[in-house]
Amino acid sequence: MEAIILQILNGLDKGSAYALIALGLTLIFGTLGVVNFAHGALFMIGAFCAVTLSRILSLSHTVVDETQKDFLGNPLQVEVPYVYNIFGQATGEAIIDWAVPLAILFTIPIMIGVGWIMERGLIKHFYKRPHADQILVTFGLAIVLQEVIKYFYGANPIPTPAPEAFIGSFDFGAMIGFEAGQIIYPYWRIVYFMFAAVIIGAVFAFLQFTTFGMVVRAGMADRETVGLLGINIDRRFTIMFGIAAAVAGLAGVMYTPINSPNYHMGMDFLVLSFVVVVVGGMGSLPGAVLAGFLLGILESFASMPEVTSIIPGINQVIIYLVAIIILLTRPRGLMGRKGVMED
Amino acid sequence: MFGLNKKDSTLLLIVAGLVLLAPFLLNPFPEGSAMAQFNAGYPDLMQRFVIFGIFAIGFNILFGLTGYLSFGHAAFLGVGSYAAMWMFKLFGMNVLPALALSILMSGLFAVVIGYVSLRRSGIYFSILTLAFAMMSYALAYSVLAADMDGPDQQGLLQKGLTGGETGLQLTLDDPRILGQQTAGDGNLPVPSLFGLEMRSASELNVGDWVFTFSAGYYFSAIVMLLSFYLSIRIFRSPFGLVLRSIKSNQQRLSYTGMNPKPYMLAAFVISGMYAGLAGGLMAAMDPLAGPERMFWTASGEVVLMTILGGVGTLIGPVLGAGAIKYMENILSKINSDILHSWFAFLPDGLEDFVVTLIYPFIGKGWHLTLGIIFMLVVIFLPGGLVEGGQRIARAMRRKKQTASDDDTKAKQPAE
Repeated sequence: MEAIILQILNGLDKGSAYALIALGLTLIFGTLGVVNFAHGALFMIGAFCAVTLSRILSLSHTVVDETQKDFLGNPLQVEVPYVYNIFGQATGEAIIDWAVPLAILFTIPIMIGVGWIMERGLIKHFYKRPHADQILVTFGLAIVLQEVIKYFYGANPIPTPAPEAFIGSFDFGAMIGFEAGQIIYPYWRIVYFMFAAVIIGAVFAFLQFTTFGMVVRAGMADRETVGLLGINIDRRFTIMFGIAAAVAGLAGVMYTPINSPNYHMGMDFLVLSFVVVVVGGMGSLPGAVLAGFLLGILESFASMPEVTSIIPGINQVIIYLVAIIILLTRPRGLMGRKGVMED
Repeated sequence: MFGLNKKDSTLLLIVAGLVLLAPFLLNPFPEGSAMAQFNAGYPDLMQRFVIFGIFAIGFNILFGLTGYLSFGHAAFLGVGSYAAMWMFKLFGMNVLPALALSILMSGLFAVVIGYVSLRRSGIYFSILTLAFAMMSYALAYSVLAADMDGPDQQGLLQKGLTGGETGLQLTLDDPRILGQQTAGDGNLPVPSLFGLEMRSASELNVGDWVFTFSAGYYFSAIVMLLSFYLSIRIFRSPFGLVLRSIKSNQQRLSYTGMNPKPYMLAAFVISGMYAGLAGGLMAAMDPLAGPERMFWTASGEVVLMTILGGVGTLIGPVLGAGAIKYMENILSKINSDILHSWFAFLPDGLEDFVVTLIYPFIGKGWHLTLGIIFMLVVIFLPGGLVEGGQRIARAMRRKKQTASDDDTKAKQPAE
């Protein structure tokens, strides 16, 4: 039982990342009908927003500290971040420590902007062209974005720690009444899962309970009719693209403490996220979220030593295997709608 | 000629001429000159041109004719490489049986993967092929690399079927029942064609120029010309016509009473066999096979090549493969010192400015250039380099025509 709960928990954080990226992909697909291969790059850009913010906050100048001496007896030179000068030492330290969560605020406008530029600048010209062309041009864009990031940040992963308060693990088993020491789980992963749940909830609430969301849903169902009613549906879809980009970016920001970001992290996630979208059903938002968590948990179960000793390497192929089986038995995916991408 | 019409024969002859004279054509700059780094006429790179040319020709038979975008074609490349390596290990170093096995094995793989994937179309087909390729990659990387002889055994399968991360290599104690286990000097034997070693090469010095003729290159080049000829025949055959009709309207094709499925599968298998052949040739040129050949970026690369050159055209994929491999090997070698020496004629400040402007696009950043060129091609030239060439040719012709029209008008006497 403990082992099962532990594997479910382990699957949750990866599942959250899959679900967030897949949610964005599906939003774009459902509204604009575009297969966005650059979505992984948006995830990566989000992660690098966090890196950038933590670097900006740590910008420092050298100050001579008269009270301390180095080993030669000269006054010690210390690097003091500018943040200390503005907010004072204690607050400054806290701000630097909380750089990753703070990056959320910084990332949302940037990602919406990036998404808006992408949609208006490039993708809108591809609505009328075949899906293969959309895949190709966004694939090219993903390469370009990835290389730009590589040029500025280098090819090595950049470690970006979580705030001090969330470093380390806690005993989840003891909290829910199991023996102590059985289910140990890192704090940040549970934070990530809760964050993902909030974002997913917010997106659904936005679509479900606001007028804007209602119009967007109507547009997803029948774009032409909504347009005929005198609503500028293109503008709303562009905004949805920005929101989808922001969701991917936020997933990236919060993922940085789990995995140090590098320039190809987006592509690594993208391939799996596409599988997730297809399993969940093209164009179905709940399907994408469900499939994301399901496949994440499945993957973590498959990597249990008990399982890999029976079927070696199953953890590497399980997701693809499941995707193939689902695509062949339930062509529309788990929750796919009728008539979406059936040619 | 060979059952081709006049236009296609000319094309084949031109390609044959270019490929056979490549050691001269790709070495236009004398050795030791500043431009010598643009020379691509060395065997290693030329072999890559033709091998990836074969890969792209095969991919084009599937994507160009039927419009089904496979994102997992590298799986067949990898299977071909592994098959050829096993042939080298078990039977001997002759390349012909090795290539035969690569084609056969990748064909079998393609039958299985194609049968399953072709049940869906569009983006689903792309994802299915991608999933299969990534599965093959994961299997080759870890599962099939497990020791199958049991622990502590030094057998043939001690690193599994694929050798895992390090890849499959030749060893001195491979059986090689039809050839020698070791070469005369006690080293590993080299892949050969009835005694003609693939890595043997002769050099020709003309003035400052050095031209290298490698047996491996000419062997690959002839294989590529054969595959190119075959692809022309496929393009012009009734079979090719059916494939094209699948691309333009599958439904209408079904209404005429034809079942497109077997044709699709045949195209998929043929294109998989081309990829396997390319993989086998890669192993024959450099006896090594690793799982990274199956990774999805390798599949992405062949997509780039085909699109860049011109999808659905005969010569496009070869051009695209050449262009990308040239960039990968030549552009990536340029560093900032070389750039500085190029722009040394500019005033200092301007020189630095120009160099910093260009620097991100060369050297390690060549992928950026590739990505930008690729995007520009997809956006403005969906037909790739071939369409670009055609447009330029058309514009030239039109200009000439209008010029000659003016002439004739002027010469016509007024009545």
